Amino acid sequence: MDLFSNLALGFSTATSLENLFFCLIGVLLGTLIGVLPGIGATATIAMLLPITFQLEPVSSLIMLAGIYYGAQYGGSTTAILINMPGESSSAVTAIDGYQMARKGKAGAALAIAAIGSFFAGTVSTFLVAIFAPPLTQIALQFGAAEYFSLMVVGLVSSIALAHGSIVKALAMVALGLLLGLVGTDIYTGTPRFTLGIREYADGLNFVAVAVGVFGIAEILRNLESEKTRSVLMSKVSGLLPSKEDFRAMIAPVLRGTVIGSILGILPGGGAILAAFASYTVEKKVSKHPEEFGHGAVAGVAGPESANNAGAQTSFIPLLTLGIPANPVMALMVGAMIIQGIVPGPNVATEQPALFWGIIASMWIGNLMLVVLNLPLIGLWVKLLTIPYYVLFPIIMAFCAIGVYSVNSNVYDLYSVAFFGLIGYVLSKLRCEPAPLLLGFVLGPLLEENLRRAMILSRGDPSTFVTRPISAALLFFAALVLVIVFLPSVKKKREEVFVEED
Amino acid sequence: MNSLKVDTTNLICGLLLIATGLFFALESLDLELGTALRMGPGYFPFILACVLILLGGIVLGQAVRVQGEPIGAIAWRGMVFILPAPIIFGLTVRGLGFVPAVFICALVAAFASQRMKPLTAVALSAALTVFSLLVFSYGLGLPFRTFGPWLGF
Repeated sequence: MDLFSNLALGFSTATSLENLFFCLIGVLLGTLIGVLPGIGATATIAMLLPITFQLEPVSSLIMLAGIYYGAQYGGSTTAILINMPGESSSAVTAIDGYQMARKGKAGAALAIAAIGSFFAGTVSTFLVAIFAPPLTQIALQFGAAEYFSLMVVGLVSSIALAHGSIVKALAMVALGLLLGLVGTDIYTGTPRFTLGIREYADGLNFVAVAVGVFGIAEILRNLESEKTRSVLMSKVSGLLPSKEDFRAMIAPVLRGTVIGSILGILPGGGAILAAFASYTVEKKVSKHPEEFGHGAVAGVAGPESANNAGAQTSFIPLLTLGIPANPVMALMVGAMIIQGIVPGPNVATEQPALFWGIIASMWIGNLMLVVLNLPLIGLWVKLLTIPYYVLFPIIMAFCAIGVYSVNSNVYDLYSVAFFGLIGYVLSKLRCEPAPLLLGFVLGPLLEENLRRAMILSRGDPSTFVTRPISAALLFFAALVLVIVFLPSVKKKREEVFVEED
Repeated sequence: MNSLKVDTTNLICGLLLIATGLFFALESLDLELGTALRMGPGYFPFILACVLILLGGIVLGQAVRVQGEPIGAIAWRGMVFILPAPIIFGLTVRGLGFVPAVFICALVAAFASQRMKPLTAVALSAALTVFSLLVFSYGLGLPFRTFGPWLGF
């Protein structure tokens, strides 16, 4: 079986002592930052991203994947213990998890989240291993027009999932695309929008933009109101869920895994959508829907499994097509490009060790989370009591060092400050930064493929609708746009996001 | 119905989007636009900029019709201390070197919170500097100058 020899290659790569170590560091660091209230997985990864650049490509991506899972788990811990979800994917967990904690079942809630995540992670890792290679084959037949259309789908879907105004989300995509174009034009070598600053000729540093828009803006938002946080309990006991809890979690975990795996593959989907969908489903099928919102086990187990499964399978479009499905994957693309790897269908054939190593490390990262984080939970809880004002300077110093270490370019540090301001202003104006980052990463690719497609078709724009795959993708994108603008859906969508706030 | 009430959030947002769009549009007009067949460097950005202006206009239009949430508290103090921190790091890291740059950067950022006491800030920044030196310079082996030429090294 090809699958097993491939997986064996992956595991032998991922279980080298060095890579295991970096995966462990990644998981620990990710949890460490992710557990801080108000700082979500995307911000965590953005802040820790620069640290990984010093490593070999494989180790660096493995560490990043570790950071991702750690951050997500850290976010759930915060959501359960202090009802302050770092980002929307754990917002769902907060609803019932916090209620469980208030009833003295914090330990059980945390364990359920971890076990559910691990199970979902195991299943979806296999899914990635099974589905990634055939999709790669399809992707190899993609031409410029198909790539263009596919990216349009990704961008449009990211709009559908953004909070608040669709028009603003569209504007964020356009702004992100424009910012992505800053730098030298690939065909003519003309510098564009660099304001005459030579240091920006290579484009805006991706890390600087991500750290600014997500990290710094997040810190500023937290500084708005310096409330004292109250941790629900200083000591979490009773980690092992009771027998009834176990029985209650099996079905939701299975359903959550299925829902998450499917939604994760969709461009623009991923963890957030998966968690919401799972919660809704669980509430619908439950025999006791009245328990939801008051500490239902299914309300923790389902969404947590779904968001982990979604997190995993959202690697599929990234690894096969090089198209990031969500902001976290956009960060991954940025990391790969900095490491000199062009994400896309060729990665699997040209660098099998890297490709399968990442897949295997996903599972190992999940395992580490269960084995390490549950016993360490006391430490994470202590961390929640560290006052915020001590954390800011630490985070700022690490951001500065990290961004500078990428290229030793001081202009990147000025970009950090600038994009920190932009990110903060945008969040104040209720504009979502996620579509912006996605646009930023896809901007150059989108333009390149558009121009290439137009040259190949001799200037005939109908090439996008006469090629079947491209046409289907564009049709899908149009469909998504129409659906989100439908009045009934629009209303429903607003309700969903209100519930989450 | 008081039609004079304008939603400030959307008003500012719309205006900012239009201004940004105009900036990019004007800049792209300086570049060669090219044709649809052979797009010049300005073609795609110009289209995007026009889209941005259009969307800004729609947001502006919504400002009059829909009343949104107010902007809310603004972290002025945070902005004053947090945003300059990386800039100061950038300005000093070459001249003063890694150690002073980290120290100053952390120290400035520390004052973003009203709760920080000066002594705590100094102690924290010092500890952080030692930690960063150990981890980044010695541990990860980043090629930073510990102390820079401005200090006579």
